[in-house]
Amino acid sequence: MKPVYKIDNLRKKYQNKEVLNIDNMQLYQGEIFGLMGPSGAGKSTLLRLLDFLEEPTAGVIEFKGERFGTGREPELKQKRKITTVFQRSALLRTSLWNNVVYPLKLRGEEISGEKKEEIEKLLEQMGLTEFKDQRADKLSGGEAQRAALARALVFEPEVLLLDEPTSNLDPTNISIIEEMIKKYIKKENKMILVVTHNIFQARRLADRVGLLHQGSLVETGEKKIFFNSPEQELTAKFLSGELVH
Amino acid sequence: MGTIIEGVQEAVHLITGLDPEILNIISVSLRVTGTALIFAILIGMPLGTFLGLANFPGKKIFTALLYTGMGFPPVVIGLFVFIFFSASGPFGFLNWLFTPNAIIVAQTIIAFPLVAGFVMTAVMEIDRNLLRQMESLGASRLQLLWTTIKEARVGSVVAVVAGFGAIISEVGAVMLVGGNIRGRTRVLTTAIVLETRQGRFGLAIALGLILLTIVFILNIIMINLQEKELD
Repeated sequence: MKPVYKIDNLRKKYQNKEVLNIDNMQLYQGEIFGLMGPSGAGKSTLLRLLDFLEEPTAGVIEFKGERFGTGREPELKQKRKITTVFQRSALLRTSLWNNVVYPLKLRGEEISGEKKEEIEKLLEQMGLTEFKDQRADKLSGGEAQRAALARALVFEPEVLLLDEPTSNLDPTNISIIEEMIKKYIKKENKMILVVTHNIFQARRLADRVGLLHQGSLVETGEKKIFFNSPEQELTAKFLSGELVH
Repeated sequence: MGTIIEGVQEAVHLITGLDPEILNIISVSLRVTGTALIFAILIGMPLGTFLGLANFPGKKIFTALLYTGMGFPPVVIGLFVFIFFSASGPFGFLNWLFTPNAIIVAQTIIAFPLVAGFVMTAVMEIDRNLLRQMESLGASRLQLLWTTIKEARVGSVVAVVAGFGAIISEVGAVMLVGGNIRGRTRVLTTAIVLETRQGRFGLAIALGLILLTIVFILNIIMINLQEKELD
């Protein structure tokens, strides 16, 4: 499998406090990587660094063969291949439709004819058709989170980073979102990283799983190995619910 | 009381009769204030958005200066504009004193801190998570700035209305730098002062009513926009 990201000695500090310290990590095209870890482990920080929303304090993130780090960030064209759906769906104060087409407008794309039909099909698949003219701030939590995912999928990013995309959602919404994630990875040149607290969700979605603890990557591995016979004691503790912080 | 009633009657007569002098004063007022407002928006909106978004050393001092600008006595601004554009001033060569251009400069300086201040507050209220999300969706810096202004549109409308309200009803600075020249720099406020001094209360009241109506209509538009946004 072709690596999309190669992480080398990545460090992130906030006010001299180190929150992330990953020696080595690779993420591959065509995989769904499940990132797990207790609260405050540095999962969201890692996502922001992978999306180049923040600069690392030290180290290198190699993205599609190009090396980036402190003082060297990708150009907008490269950055636009990546997107994050945050835990709290952040929607613009406009209609659901305008929210969904927003990334296309940023890229100067025409929204008519075939493209419009594609978007309408996407909304239908996500059960959002009936809300498309509704103001985003009037949507329920589940509808808003589905809209946020639709907005990310609409421009077909090569890398999709999901920060707990289904936390606090009901089973129906969880099922719709997970189905869309599974469908999306089947498209060409895609990679998905899902941050989740939910072991069952990681089992359902991920191909490989990793555990982050106090900023360090404890273990990564194929789903079966990770869950059934983890190499590290810390991973076993986390899976059995003993690792709180 | 009789003076007021007579004045109101004359005012109604002048307004309904579309008195050419009144029309000229309204036209000068709206042209000058409208132009100044456009400049104030062009300076104030990006400045307010930048201050609302950015963190840099000295931001507190900059913000304090902006707040001072919001409450700066207009007549003092008029005084400085007068000095700068007087024959011996650094911009004297432009010969702008006692022309609409000088009023536009003074009104722009009065209005832009108000626009910037209100926009800054509105931008600061936008969820940082939303801006980060927009960046993640591929917004360039300029697109992010534009999205921010659009998201802060209720506050931006308030900023524009506040700026307009401050300069359309301003008299001291306009009188100083414009000179209240009939047909050229005579605006609603300076005309009211002049007509009152000359005892022509009818015309003064008519102009006062027009000024109030303009500000009232603007506020109605603003309230409607706010309601539409918050509905």
